Amino acid sequence: MSAPSSPPHLLRNLVLFGRVLRGLGLDVNPGRLLDLSRALSLVSIGRRSDFYHASRSLLVHRREDIPLFDQAFEMFWQTPLDEWDLRELRGRRLKRPDPGPVVAPPSVSPPGGRDPSQEDAPEREVIEVTKTFSSSEALAHKDFSELSEEEVLEVRKLMASLVWRLGERTTRRYRRGAGGAGDRLDLRRTLRQSMRHGGEILRFAKRRRTSKPRPLVVIADISGSMERYTRLLLHFIYSLTHGLGQRVEAFAFATRLSRLSRHMEDRDVERALAGVSHEVVDWSGGTRIGACLRTFNLDWARRVLSGGAVVLLISDGWDRGDPEVLAHSMARLERSCERLIWLNPLLGSPEYEPLTRGMVAALPYVDDFLPVHNLTSLEALARHLEKIR
Amino acid sequence: MSDRGLATSLFLALKLERPLFLEGEAGVGKTEIAKVISTILDTDLIRLQCYEGLDVSQAVYEWNYTRQMMQIRLAESRDERLEEQDLFGPDFLLRRPLLQAIDESQEKAPVLLIDEVDRSDEEFEAFLLELLSDFQVSVPEIGTFTAKHRPVVVVTSNRTREVHDALKRRCLYFWIDYPDFEKELEIVRAKMPEASEQLSRQVTGFVQEIRELELYKKPGVAETIDWIRALVALDREALDESVVEDTLGVLLKYRDDVDHVRGAQTEKILSRVRASG
Repeated sequence: MSAPSSPPHLLRNLVLFGRVLRGLGLDVNPGRLLDLSRALSLVSIGRRSDFYHASRSLLVHRREDIPLFDQAFEMFWQTPLDEWDLRELRGRRLKRPDPGPVVAPPSVSPPGGRDPSQEDAPEREVIEVTKTFSSSEALAHKDFSELSEEEVLEVRKLMASLVWRLGERTTRRYRRGAGGAGDRLDLRRTLRQSMRHGGEILRFAKRRRTSKPRPLVVIADISGSMERYTRLLLHFIYSLTHGLGQRVEAFAFATRLSRLSRHMEDRDVERALAGVSHEVVDWSGGTRIGACLRTFNLDWARRVLSGGAVVLLISDGWDRGDPEVLAHSMARLERSCERLIWLNPLLGSPEYEPLTRGMVAALPYVDDFLPVHNLTSLEALARHLEKIR
Repeated sequence: MSDRGLATSLFLALKLERPLFLEGEAGVGKTEIAKVISTILDTDLIRLQCYEGLDVSQAVYEWNYTRQMMQIRLAESRDERLEEQDLFGPDFLLRRPLLQAIDESQEKAPVLLIDEVDRSDEEFEAFLLELLSDFQVSVPEIGTFTAKHRPVVVVTSNRTREVHDALKRRCLYFWIDYPDFEKELEIVRAKMPEASEQLSRQVTGFVQEIRELELYKKPGVAETIDWIRALVALDREALDESVVEDTLGVLLKYRDDVDHVRGAQTEKILSRVRASG
């Protein structure tokens, strides 16, 4: 194929267009742009729809990005090619489409707390080094809702040091079994080895199944009644995402379900949590567990629960929705995953009984009902997850 | 294939010799597209159905053990000595879809359909990535096979999990939606000419309407065709409530969904569908 024959100003504009798309979070690299300039020499560039489809099929490879691409395409190419201004384009602020009204995101901090991004973290760490082990021992048993600001910081550090490992499931992939171990005959190796003995088979080589960690999905209640726990629980999800060494899908809900996974993957914890607080629009609102789980079942279950997933549902079970919807959604969720674990922070208190309407409706479908109210309960959870087969 | 966007992507896939990655809900006709391409290009369609644990012996090549064993016995009875190359040669090689697709003996580039890649696992994806970059397969005992004519590759995914970006990046990506009323009606007419015009319009209208509902699994075009086939088998000329209730299982595959559509919902949709056509 000959070199791209597109006029030089077009190439320059393509590069700028690529830069705009990259700025919007699309995964566009120079190689793709070169392909595009080659492609444009093949289609009739004067025809807008051909130009559009050629660039879309080369520059977009996720469905979610299509609306974003469309907006950028509209804006970028509607103005005569020489007259637009990149700053102006940025100024118009392309946004990812949002299905609901956008409410100003509240801060991640509890009432009276400080904005985490403004905390002077390094200085605090120096203080914490001087703390004795016994104080962290006491801290391990203290309820998350009763921690002081300093203790919250220390719990966060201890949380990050927890070791997470998820039980494995047997896959349908095979690999060679050492020393005749395995449950399937490996004919290829058996025959190859037989060649050493003139075609006489002396030993059967075997294959055995491999195993793989189960996918983990966390669905956290961040409604008003959970407020005292929310901040640390988000840290807990963050440390799971980064400590497990496998993909973790995270969702949060109060009255609406939001997906947190992409934010949680950020290497910087403060930036990750800031991203989460922008994503969630109904922070500390009322709770509609049933309806939110139904949304999860409809939109996400098939995509994130394949391969025998373990689901952690974190909620105190205070539900303002219809208990029948909740029971129905729970039944469906339970059928679509390997293990459904309900983590309830209130379960840490000895006098707590799961008698709320929501809890009563949901409990029949829960495989394990465990507390998450302090570090000790998280350690117990870690041991529990490891045992799942 | 009336969609201009799809046609553009396909044209570029052919010109740039890149795989076409088709993503969309089950039953929107992704597999069908590969079949149509092979008909248009008048070339073979080679299909690889993906599943978890799909490995080289199922996807690329395998040795014909039965033949090898017979060869061994034969050599024994003739008192001949067997060398390795006597057993591991081209005659004993079973060519699986991926090897078939890049076989030198192909006279024309075939269409290689890698169907439902989301069902496979990361191990296979990694292998595919390698294959799609140089179209070479090496069989240690024989040597390297290189495609003389690069196959036209179509990869499909139902999005039951996210396929790795590295793989998608190598392809031209196209998202296929459910067809609109006119297009689906056209498909129904073409696939089921013996159905009455009234039935075709009502069936298409009904399916279009229930796709708007919150369902666990929306019916695809394949289900529309199955449904109208069932109705024709029942000698129906038009839809009524009782026949919809009786045959809803052809269209919807979850009990929750059937419960959701049955009854009042069916009545509502039927009255709208009847009114419009």
